[in-house]
Amino acid sequence: MAKKFTPSVKLTDNDVTDEAVYRQRRQFLKSLGFVGVSAAIASPAQAFGLFGSDDDKAPKVATEPLTFTSPAKYQAKDAKTPYGKVTGYNNFYEFGTDKTDPAANAQGFKTDPWTLKIDGLVENPLTLDHDALTKRFALQERIYRMRCVEAWSMVIPWIGFELGELIKAAKPLSNAKYVAFETVYDPKQMPGQRSRFVGGGIDYPYVEGLRLDEAMHPLTLLSVGLYGKTLPPQNGAPIRLVVPWKYGFKGIKSIVRIRLTDSQPANTWNLLAPDEYGFYANVNPHVDHPRWSQKSERRIGAGGLFSTKVIPTEMFNGYQEVAPLYKGMDLKRNF
Amino acid sequence: MLLKKPLRLSKAWVVSLKTLLHLFLLGYLAWTFYLAVIGQLTADPVQGLLNFTGIGTVNLLFATLAISPLAKWLPCGDVMRFRRMVGVYAFVYGLSHFTTYLVFELQLNFSQLSSEIAKRPYILVGFSALMLLLALSVTSPMAVRRKMGKTWQQLHNWVYLCLFLALLHYSWSQKTLWGDPLIYWAVSLLVIYSRRQKLKRGLANLGRKPSLNRKKAP
Repeated sequence: MAKKFTPSVKLTDNDVTDEAVYRQRRQFLKSLGFVGVSAAIASPAQAFGLFGSDDDKAPKVATEPLTFTSPAKYQAKDAKTPYGKVTGYNNFYEFGTDKTDPAANAQGFKTDPWTLKIDGLVENPLTLDHDALTKRFALQERIYRMRCVEAWSMVIPWIGFELGELIKAAKPLSNAKYVAFETVYDPKQMPGQRSRFVGGGIDYPYVEGLRLDEAMHPLTLLSVGLYGKTLPPQNGAPIRLVVPWKYGFKGIKSIVRIRLTDSQPANTWNLLAPDEYGFYANVNPHVDHPRWSQKSERRIGAGGLFSTKVIPTEMFNGYQEVAPLYKGMDLKRNF
Repeated sequence: MLLKKPLRLSKAWVVSLKTLLHLFLLGYLAWTFYLAVIGQLTADPVQGLLNFTGIGTVNLLFATLAISPLAKWLPCGDVMRFRRMVGVYAFVYGLSHFTTYLVFELQLNFSQLSSEIAKRPYILVGFSALMLLLALSVTSPMAVRRKMGKTWQQLHNWVYLCLFLALLHYSWSQKTLWGDPLIYWAVSLLVIYSRRQKLKRGLANLGRKPSLNRKKAP
């Protein structure tokens, strides 16, 4: 009698990838251009950035693929900063002041459930729950330059929607002139909020602000993802601000409240050192920070020491289309 | 009592320990530069090197200043034979810090170097600390020390000012006052505490006019 056949690999129904998950993965790969015709022409640099040596530094928290479009006008030509560097080098003082601290300390951060409130001088106050953040508005991919006041810069493919869409949905009142933002306050989860030493002595919650016209500008993005997937916690999950013509610290992370006001709101770094950090924080090569010359910046790319590029900084980080917002203003005084 | 008599290090021991120290201090520096070159030293290799060499300089200054108190407390006065070497390495690390800044951050733009030193106090402070370390290093050979006589010790007491400037440079380079530099300031208090007798004597001498020195102490 023949011996009964037993498979050497024992798999059960539990091991089968759920169809929905399978489809999501395909959608993600497609969106990145790794499947089909575009896979053949995808540049090796891109492939290296995503699946090369940076993979071992990839975040431990599961990030979900997103569905989005990639409008041609927002695809910067600059070489993208690899995923590992975008998610491994962050200023997020709630998780520590060292740039590698957030990736190390934010992995247990819970972003679901989440509540984002839009209130203040609006006719229609809104509350978005976790799912609404990625589903209520159509998502777009935008490749933006990000310039830190510390004189380094990155190029990041963000996924998000225009802040203006959200504000329009809330119907601002005619006396609304500014938009105030607030990061979640949760000392249990954020060691920097528990200890002044870990958090750099900042008063939390972190707050930021924009003028209403800046907030309504089509470049201003509420980001929910990067490199095709939801944001890792160190990058400000589940939703953060991206204002590409301003220094990085304006990009407030893990937002829980957006409030429209009639007076200029406080912003954290300005509260801490008003002579060093202004309200506007527009990238401006003609106004130096006391410690960092703003004339040039180090672009963080894929390579090491000898491939470090020092490039001249452009006014408004190169986003000249925002210049009309500041017509008639002295940007040396209003820095 | 662990040791019946003070531990003396033979010449062979001193030479081998020094060789190990050279290998470790140079090797660590070279390895870190190698990591930066291959792009494995944080996302921003220039900043990574500046941090490593800067903090390395302060650590080596602390190590140098820990050696003479150790020589008093340990039953082995021979540890003093390593002090000069560790001190010179503090300068080597400081010089790598400056070189990294000049070559990779300023891309050898010398006019920017002078304007940055003039414009930014924290860079001036760091540069002054490096110049002091340079003065201490070039006067470290025994022949120079013998020639300098008493002035050698006077010059080398400036190491405390150098430590203070280095820590000031470190604190000032940060975005907030709350952070790692605080630990370093706390350690520097230990360094001062271990020298409280010397400090007391020094302060007493400062308060006196030279002519009063002839009076007998009570």
